[in-house]
Amino acid sequence: MATIPSFTLNRRTVIDWLGVAPFMIFAILFLILPTLYLVRGAFLTQEGAFTLRNIADLFTPTILSSYWISIRVSLASSLGGVAIGFMLAWAITLGALPAWIRSSLLTFSGVASNFAGVPLAFAFVATLGRTGLVTLLLRDWLGFNLYSTGFNLLSFLGLTITYMFFQIPLMVLMLTPALDGMRREWREASEILGASNWQYWRMIALPILWPSLLGTFLLLFANAFGAVATAYALTGSSLNIVPIVLYTQIRGDVLNNPNLGYALALGMIVITGLSNVLYLWLRSRAERWQK
Amino acid sequence: MKSSRLFAWIALAIGATYFLVPLIGTFEFSLRMRRGEYSFDAYQSVFSDMQFRATFGYSMLMGLLTIVFGMLLVVPTAYWVRLRLPQIRPLIEFLTLLPLVIPAIVIVFGYLRLYNSSSFLPLTNSTNGTNLLLMFSYMTLSLPYMYRAVDTAMRSIDVATLTEAAESLGAKWPTILFRCIFPNVMSGVLSGAFITFAIVMGEFTMAALLNRPAFGPYLQFVGANKAYEPSALAIIAFAITWLSMGLLQIVSRFQKTAPVKA
Repeated sequence: MATIPSFTLNRRTVIDWLGVAPFMIFAILFLILPTLYLVRGAFLTQEGAFTLRNIADLFTPTILSSYWISIRVSLASSLGGVAIGFMLAWAITLGALPAWIRSSLLTFSGVASNFAGVPLAFAFVATLGRTGLVTLLLRDWLGFNLYSTGFNLLSFLGLTITYMFFQIPLMVLMLTPALDGMRREWREASEILGASNWQYWRMIALPILWPSLLGTFLLLFANAFGAVATAYALTGSSLNIVPIVLYTQIRGDVLNNPNLGYALALGMIVITGLSNVLYLWLRSRAERWQK
Repeated sequence: MKSSRLFAWIALAIGATYFLVPLIGTFEFSLRMRRGEYSFDAYQSVFSDMQFRATFGYSMLMGLLTIVFGMLLVVPTAYWVRLRLPQIRPLIEFLTLLPLVIPAIVIVFGYLRLYNSSSFLPLTNSTNGTNLLLMFSYMTLSLPYMYRAVDTAMRSIDVATLTEAAESLGAKWPTILFRCIFPNVMSGVLSGAFITFAIVMGEFTMAALLNRPAFGPYLQFVGANKAYEPSALAIIAFAITWLSMGLLQIVSRFQKTAPVKA
C-alpha cells in the first residue's frame, strides 16, 4: 500500500516539472548558454587553453578608455536623469499640481522611456545638430553660435544629453510610487515637532527615499551602459564607448582576438550585473516603506 | 506651501522643455525638405520608399510572431508556476529579469557564436533559421515585460479555483488553458503585447548583427545616407511608440477596474 502514494507523488512531481520544461529549455538555450559561452571564451586562448591574458588585456589604454567614457556617459546621464526625474516626480506627487498633469506626465514618461534607439538619435540631430532647430534659433535670435563654443552632439556631452531623454522618464516612472508612499502624517508630525523644511528632508524624507533613489540610479546606469543603437546612430563609431567597440568587434574582429571580444562582453556583464544586483537589493529595502 | 507649488511648476516647465523641444525640433526638421517652405515631402519620400514598406512589414510580422510565441511560452509557465510550483517562483522571476541584466548586444553576441554553422543547432545557416533566431532574441528581450504583465494579471484571478471548476466540469488541459486562463489574463497579455510591439519595431542591435532586413537597421541606414527623411522616420517611430503605449494605458486602466485580489 505504501508504495502507491509515493509512486503517484513521483508522477505528479514529474508532471509538475514537465510543465515548466519549455520555459526552462528556452531560458537555457537563449539566455544561459549564450552568456556562459562568452564567459568561458573570455578565459580561453584561441587554441582553447585556459588563460587570464584576455582579462589582463582589458586593462590596456584603448579598452580602458572606452570603459571609462562609457562609465562617464552612463554616470552623467543617470545622475541627470535622477536629478530632473526626481524633481518631476516630486512635482506631480507632492507639488499639488492639477491631476491631469500627473496622468499626462506619467503617460508621456511611459512613451518616452521606450523611445530610444535610432529614432532618438535622429531627434537630437534635428534639434541640436549643426542645422538643428535649437542651434539655428540660438544663432538667429540670440546671435549665439553653439558650435563655436566647442559643443558637439557627437561627444560625451551630446550623448549624455541624448540619453537623458529616456533616463528622466524612467526615473519618473520608478520614483513616483515611492513618493506616493510618503505619508502626509510624517510631514505633519515633523512640523508639529518644530522641524524645518530642511530638517524634514534631511532626517525623514531622504533616509526613507535613499534606497529608491540609489536603486533607480543604478538601474538607469545599467540601462545607459548597455545601450548601443542611439550611440551608433548618433556617432557612428567615432565615440568609442564599450557597446560600440563590442559592436564593431562582432562585425569584424577589430581587436584581432575573438577571445578579447568575449572578455569585453564579460566586462559589460559584470558592470551591468553588479548595478542590477545592488538595485534589486535596494528595492527590497525600499519596499518596506511602501506597504 | 505657496513656494513649493511654484517650485513644482518650475520643475514641470524644465521637464516639459526637455521633452518637447526635441520633438518640435524633429518635426520642424522633417518639414524642411523643400527649400524655402514647409512641406511633407520627406514623409512622401519615406512612404514611397519600397525598402521602408518591406522593412516595416518585416518588423511588424516579427513583432506579431514574437507576441504569439512569447505568450504561448509565458502564459502557461506563469499559470503552472502559480498552480503547481510556487516554490520555484523566485527562480523563474530571476530568469525573466536576466534580459535586463545582460545587455542585448552581449546576448546576441552569444547567439552568433553558439548557433553558427558549426554548432549543434546551426540556426544562422539558413535565412529562416536566422529569422527564427531573431524571433527568439525578441522573445528574450520582451520576456521581463511579458512575464510581469501576465503574472500581475494572474494575481487578480484565483487560478486554483478556476482550474478546479473547469476540471469538475470535465475540461481537459487545452480547454482550461485556452478557454479559461487566457481570456482571464487578456489584459495582461495585451499590455505585454503592446510593449513587445514597441520594442520590436525600433530594435536595432539584434537585427543588425543577425543581418536581417528589419525596421531598426533600415532607420540607421537612412540616417547615415539622407538628410530630412530621418526626422520624418523619427516622428513616425515616435507615433508608433505613442500608439502602443496609449493602447497599453487603456488596457491597464481596464485591468484596474476588474476586481483585484492580492
